[in-house]
Amino acid sequence: MSGLSLWLRYARASLAGQVRYPGAFALQMAGHFATTLLAFAGIWILFRRFGSLHGWTVGQVALFYGLVNIEFAIAEMAGRGFEIFGDAFLRTGEFDRILLRPRWTVLQVLGHQFRLRPLARLAQGAAILALGLAATPVRPALFTAPMLAWAVGGGVAFFLGVLIGQAALSFRTLESLEIVNVLTYGGVEAGQYPFDLYAGWFRVLMTWIAPLGAVTYYPVLAILDHPGVPPPAIAPLAPGLGYLFLGAMLLYWQSAVRRHASSGS
Amino acid sequence: MTPADLTAYLSAFRARWQVTLQYRAAALAGVVTQIWWGAINLMVYAAFYGGTSAAPLTLPQTISYVWIMQGTLALMPWGCDPDIADAVRSGAVAHDLLRPVDPWWWWFCRAAARILGRLLPRAVLMAGFAGVLLPLAGLDRWALHLPPRVADAALFGVSIVLGLLLSACITVLLNVATVRTLSPLGANAVITPLSLILSGNMLPLALFPAAVQHLLLLQPFAGLGDLPCRFWLGTLHGPWAAAALAQQVAWIVALTWGGRLALRRTLCQLEVQGG
Repeated sequence: MSGLSLWLRYARASLAGQVRYPGAFALQMAGHFATTLLAFAGIWILFRRFGSLHGWTVGQVALFYGLVNIEFAIAEMAGRGFEIFGDAFLRTGEFDRILLRPRWTVLQVLGHQFRLRPLARLAQGAAILALGLAATPVRPALFTAPMLAWAVGGGVAFFLGVLIGQAALSFRTLESLEIVNVLTYGGVEAGQYPFDLYAGWFRVLMTWIAPLGAVTYYPVLAILDHPGVPPPAIAPLAPGLGYLFLGAMLLYWQSAVRRHASSGS
Repeated sequence: MTPADLTAYLSAFRARWQVTLQYRAAALAGVVTQIWWGAINLMVYAAFYGGTSAAPLTLPQTISYVWIMQGTLALMPWGCDPDIADAVRSGAVAHDLLRPVDPWWWWFCRAAARILGRLLPRAVLMAGFAGVLLPLAGLDRWALHLPPRVADAALFGVSIVLGLLLSACITVLLNVATVRTLSPLGANAVITPLSLILSGNMLPLALFPAAVQHLLLLQPFAGLGDLPCRFWLGTLHGPWAAAALAQQVAWIVALTWGGRLALRRTLCQLEVQGG
């Protein structure tokens, strides 16, 4: 069986379990959708009061907001196993069983759970992005659609990379490191706004070390054809940094697995 | 309530407080996360303010507000007491209810101790960072500034204590909801975003549209953050200050009464799972 079909089988089993109680599931989804939508309401309230943000309109900010929420939601759905890796796999010794199986460790941890709850974030991100696209003049669909797909892929890679890095770090600490939340939930918070309003150190850190800006800010500059610091000709390349980040984190994961000594019984 | 009862509640409080204080690494990680969050928020607010001063709060006031909110994040009712949730799942809650104490007060003391144990180290570290370290580093513009008068600081302290009691009342209500529905997930999923938004944590309540200002000040979550912040900033005086404290006390009384009623009803028809 190929890796992909094995993962699909894992995902199917996980999904079947989560929709076992459809009523409760639908209710949880609806509540989650409504409450996440309130976050955008906060931004909208600020725009109503102050008019504009550093020259950006609310429609343009909706593009940043929608994009980063879609990216994080997809990564959160697939990467749950890495998020809880320290507590659920290392401390219990469960990871040793994974090592015994003749499959790549990353594939098995990815298959731990395919979480449906982030669907609510995904839906609201998509809704806000659609509103933003309707309210803002962007480049033609022939450019914008593939650009968005490429950016979403890079963003998912970035956030998955963060989760995998968090899990690899927990080989040292034996617990899930809450501090990485500054890059996951904090990353979503930061990515919702155009990067030019942040301080220089923050922009450099979040573009070149943890390339959040490369998967949120620069792709939106590209579809808006916004005269920014990188000329619109280079901005489309930026999401590539997200894929590179994932590659680096996978290498780190492999080296951590090689040095792993079990703590389970 | 007899002195023996009181001793039981006090020891529940002390035990929970000591356990919570053990998590030093968690407190440190929490503070770093809150600083990061605060920094992002400050840059966003500064950009929104631009040069304008047409808002009900000045930018320096908003900056102090953000730091207080981040420093007192542990004051939010983050959900049902995790030990109670476990006990409900395993059925051990039946054993808890056999104790010769009033379960409402028992849970209330545990909740208050846990909130205080989480709040105190984080608030002190945050005050040190935002109030001392930032000015020393020459970043006075971004720092937490002291209340204008000593009286404001004292009122802030009173208001925070009331906020803590209020948060503990809400936590007990969540415990009751968990006993009733057998799962903490539903109640927790609703209460977290609700309290973050309505307490002013996400956005200072004063910046919301003028039409909803009165409603926002009357609802209970204002007492978890926004009202203490207003005391700190020195914007509540005389009758307004008294009204704000009365608002907090009224909600504490109402939630105590409602919570005790809900608990009694729930225990009348309690089904325990597990075995």
